[in-house]
Order: sequence, then structure tokens, then C-alpha cells
Amino acid sequence: MSIAKGFMGWVDARFPLTKMWNEHLAEYYAPKNFNFWYFFGSLALMMLVMQIVTGIFLTMNYKPDAELAFASVEYIMRDVEWGWLIRYLHSTGASAFFIVVYLHMFRGLMYGSFKKPRELVWIFGMLIYVALMAEAFMGYLLPWGQMSYWGAQVIISLFGTIPFGIGEPVAEWIRGDFVIADATLNRFFAFHVIAVPMILLMLVVAHIIALHEVGSNNPDGVEIKKNKDKNGIPLDGIPFHPYYSVKDIVGVVVFLILFSVVLFFTPDLWGWFLEKDNFIPANPLKTPEHIVPLWYFTPFYAILRAVPPILGSQFPGVAAMAMAIVFLFLVPWLDRSPVKSIRYRGGIYKIALTFFVISFLVLGWLGTQPAGGIYLILSQIFSIVYFAFFILMPWYTMIDKTKPVPERVTEK
Amino acid sequence: MKKIIFALICFVAPGLVLASAGKSCGKIDCYKAKTDLNNKASLQRGVKLFVNYCMGCHSTKFMSYERMARDIGLTKEQVLENLIFNDAKIGSYMTIAMPPKDAADWFGTTPPDLSLVARSRGKDWLYTYMKTFYVDESRPFGVNNLAFSDVGMPHVFSSLEGMKKAVYKVEKDSHGKEHKVFDKFEPVSEGTLSAAKYDQAVLDLVNYLDYTGEPAKLVRYELGVKVILFLIILLIPAYLMKKEFWKDVH
Repeated sequence: MSIAKGFMGWVDARFPLTKMWNEHLAEYYAPKNFNFWYFFGSLALMMLVMQIVTGIFLTMNYKPDAELAFASVEYIMRDVEWGWLIRYLHSTGASAFFIVVYLHMFRGLMYGSFKKPRELVWIFGMLIYVALMAEAFMGYLLPWGQMSYWGAQVIISLFGTIPFGIGEPVAEWIRGDFVIADATLNRFFAFHVIAVPMILLMLVVAHIIALHEVGSNNPDGVEIKKNKDKNGIPLDGIPFHPYYSVKDIVGVVVFLILFSVVLFFTPDLWGWFLEKDNFIPANPLKTPEHIVPLWYFTPFYAILRAVPPILGSQFPGVAAMAMAIVFLFLVPWLDRSPVKSIRYRGGIYKIALTFFVISFLVLGWLGTQPAGGIYLILSQIFSIVYFAFFILMPWYTMIDKTKPVPERVTEK
Repeated sequence: MKKIIFALICFVAPGLVLASAGKSCGKIDCYKAKTDLNNKASLQRGVKLFVNYCMGCHSTKFMSYERMARDIGLTKEQVLENLIFNDAKIGSYMTIAMPPKDAADWFGTTPPDLSLVARSRGKDWLYTYMKTFYVDESRPFGVNNLAFSDVGMPHVFSSLEGMKKAVYKVEKDSHGKEHKVFDKFEPVSEGTLSAAKYDQAVLDLVNYLDYTGEPAKLVRYELGVKVILFLIILLIPAYLMKKEFWKDVH
């Protein structure tokens, strides 16, 4: 014991290891009333680590070359020892990562975790989400299947809709060619394995530092720092370690059970996690019948297609899609409610949030369907619902009748 | 609960409205291919059909003979003697010698590599496709297909199945418009196999292609059961540890 202590003393004199451990784990006081929804933060961190580790091993055999990429993925799936498992962990993991992140974001909307003083926690989180979308989009090109190719073609051509003659040069600059080609694959590989993961890691650190500066919110939306004992420890707080570390282990195991069911029994989730057309090598001369992005992008894709072209330009749709994400950034300032948690908000916010979730899910499904007829009308209706949630927020959160918030957290 | 019901209504209602449009296998709905990857005999019959009837034109370039032999329970000697007709070695990938450009001239399109066809098309589609060739003198090879209209492929199993013609009937849709829809097949000539035996042969081939699409399928289900059992057992101490630590919180 004394040797260990001596070693720690040696380190601490040179690097604040014990100080960091205490600040972020052993003496980071989290509210004691976290519920089920609070598992998804640590799960998201675990998924990030899993994607990075499996990604490293995939990189050892993957070849970022338009001639070789597709075959190298099949080589991993067949001839690399455990390659199929590493690849599925990565491809199924990407979808699982998004599920976890969406639930994590929903938790924030439900309990008002974005509200003062946590605006920057939310902003950093949103930046992580945007980086994650870029990461997923570029990663999906790498297998060089039909859907990789044509999905990327569609998404990058969106930049081409920017007016005033800048759109097409920008799209060409991103592709590095007139169409998606080897140059695109190479640069997407560089971004996918180096640039974006680095940004993601830095943003995750910023997200956690900001969170630990202000302290965690909780299902009651009560600031636990308002009630401290004589040592300055929040009365409703418990040290993150060991209490939440042992609790999160339970969450991790339950999550891994569910994840394994998909991973081992239907890793492509009937075409939702790996599209059927992506098992056909990319063919620049043959456009697939339906070009559908993966499910985590489809709500935005549905919004894009819901907006009719104006003066022959698709740009309004692209702008609407961008706004769908920009509005999420603005939530801390759109919400005028005096209370944080949905538990003490009135019925209007509950209804608004329910409609928002439904519109997001339905748009997600509509994004996978051909655009036309009733699908198009439904996309337009649910796009309006989606935007109404944000645009009307300052108004309905102000008039909503709130309940009194308790002084201390409740056990529920 | 209310949320769930509402979400269901939102999801299901548009689905029901549109459910009538489109068939899953071209002009008809797919037949169900009841294959079994644990049936080694079926996989072995499947590979025999594949190298004899398909590999003249179609490769499976991501699959090696050696791996295939090991996975489906054949010896190297069996493969070398019965399944390799060219100078391929046991470790070779299952490629073909037909030049893609010539093939495109002969068939109108290059016959695709079939390594992943079971993943891109699905095994039900493959099964339906192989069972729905019918006489159509307007086509270059004298046959057409219900699942894949105007396909450029001859009916390679015609000696096994015989030939059949498609009989159509007239049906009225909800708008009162008349449509010609497929009714049934009528035999034109006999093949060497009975209908039931032909079905089994196609199932064997589809089973083999399903394996070829993802050889890991032979191991991943079993591994999945073990991993999940391990995690369920791990859940017990994890939960007890949480409970023990949290005693003093409440």
C-alpha cells in the first residue's frame, strides 16, 4: 500500500492525477435521483470507444481505393480472423451509437438539461451530434457499395444547390472530382479515421468539462448545489464513483445484451443498419431505383424532400434541412419556461414534446419511402409539426402553467 | 401508453393505405425459401449444382475453394476431383475464365459475380427466380422470368425442371381497370426431376448461395447465444454490486 501511495505521491507532484480523479469521479457529486434516462451518457462514451477500437482494426485490412475497397471489406468479412465480428461491431455499432445519442438528446429535452446554466453543455453536445453525422456519412462511403456511392452522390450534390454560382464549385471541391470518385474515397477515409474522430474526442472532453463545471441536471430539474452541508457537499449529491460507476456497469451489461441480439442474429437489421443494395459494388453508370440514406439521416432527408423547389432550385429544401438542425442548437434560448423538468411543466410542453418525437419518428420512416403522393403530403405535414415545436416554443413555454418545483430532489 | 398508441396510429395508418402497391418478386410475391444452413448435405448438393450449372458464367470471387470445403464438410480431394474443372488450386478463389467483355456481347450484360447475391437480392428472391422461368419466344433464349422481367439469362435448369408456360388471368383493380395478372404455370416439356425434387434442388442451391453470401453465418448464431448467456450471468454480480453500494443512498 505504501509503495502505491509513494508512487501516487511522485506522480501527483508532477501531474494532477489524484486531483483529476477526484474532480471528475470520486468527488464529482451527481444528483442521487438519476433514472433510466441517465444511462445513455456513459453508453455513448462506451460506443465512441468501441467505434474507435474496432475502427483501428478495420483500418489494418481496409483499402481506401475505388478499385480495392469493396473487395477489401469482403476480405475482412471472410478471410480475416474474426474480421466479420469486428466489422459488424463497427457497422451495427454505428447505428447503436445513434440510437443511444438520440435517447440522450431526448433526455435533455425532457428534463430541461439545456437550460441555464447548461447552455454550453447542450451546444457542445449538439456539435458532437453534427460531427457524428459527418463521421457516419463519410464512413458509409468506405465500403464502396451502390448505396455508399449514390448516397454520397445525392448528399454532396445538395451543396451544389447553393445559389449565386457558388454551389457547383463547392460540391466539386468537396468531391475532388466531377463525380464521386477515388479522390472522394481517399479524402473521406482521411476524414473518417483521423480528422473527425479527433474533433469528436476534443468535443467530448469539452462536453464533460462543461458538465462537471456546472454539475449534472436531474429528473426533477432541481439545482442540488443550492443545498449543501457544512463541508460544501450537496445534500442530494452522491460521488459519481463508486455510486454511478457501479450503476452504469449494470446499464452497460443490459445494453450489451440487447446490442448482441442484433449483432449476432440480424446485424443488418433487415436492411435498416446495412442496406441490401450496398452488397453490390459501386457502379457509377447504374443508379439504384431508390436511393435511401441510413435510418439516422432519414428524418432530415424527408424534410429535404418535403419542401418543393422554388424557381427550379432545390436550395429551399436544403436550407430547411439545415434549419432542422440549427433549431436544435437554439433550444436553450427558445425555451422560456421558468422550470426545467417535464415533471413540473404544464400539459402544453408535454404535448409539444410528444408531437415532436412522433414527427421525428414518422419523418424517419417517410425518408425511407419513395417521395410522392401521400408520402409527400405526410412529409410536409410532419415537417410543419417538427418546425412548430421550435418556432412556437417561446410562446407555448411562456403560457404553459407550471407546477411548483420542490426544494430537494424526489425519489420516484 | 397513450404515446405508444398514438405513435402506432401514425406509423401504421399510412402503411395500410399503401400496402397494396407493388409485388415483392417482380410480377408476383416471393415464395418463401425454407433453407437450413446446418444441413451440410444440402450445402454440398448446392455447391455441386453451382459449379456444374452456374459457374460457366458466374464467379464467386470472394470465396475460396478451401474455405468452402472446410465450412461445408468436404475434403480437399473431393473438391479437387469433383468441383474443380480448370487449373485452379485448392486455395484459389472461385473465379471463372469467361472474359467480362465477351460475356457482355453474348448476354447483353456481364453475368454478375454471385458472392453476395443472397445478401443483395435475398434468398426468397433467388428461390422464386429459379422457379419462375417460362417460355417466351420473343426473348433471345426463348425464356422469360416472373421475378426478373426480360432477364438476359437462359433457363439453365431446363433439363432438370423441363419447360413451362405462364397462364394469365384478367383481374379488376379498385378503379375498375382490367389488368393481366399471373395465374399459374402449365408444363410444356418434362425435365429429369419431379416437381418436388426440383424444388429441393433449387433450395439446395439457394442454401449454398446464402452461405456464400456470408460464411460467418455458420458461426455467428452459436457465438451469439454464448455471448448473450455470458452477459446474462454477468448481469447478476453487476446488479448485486450496484445494490450493495446503493444501500446507504436511500
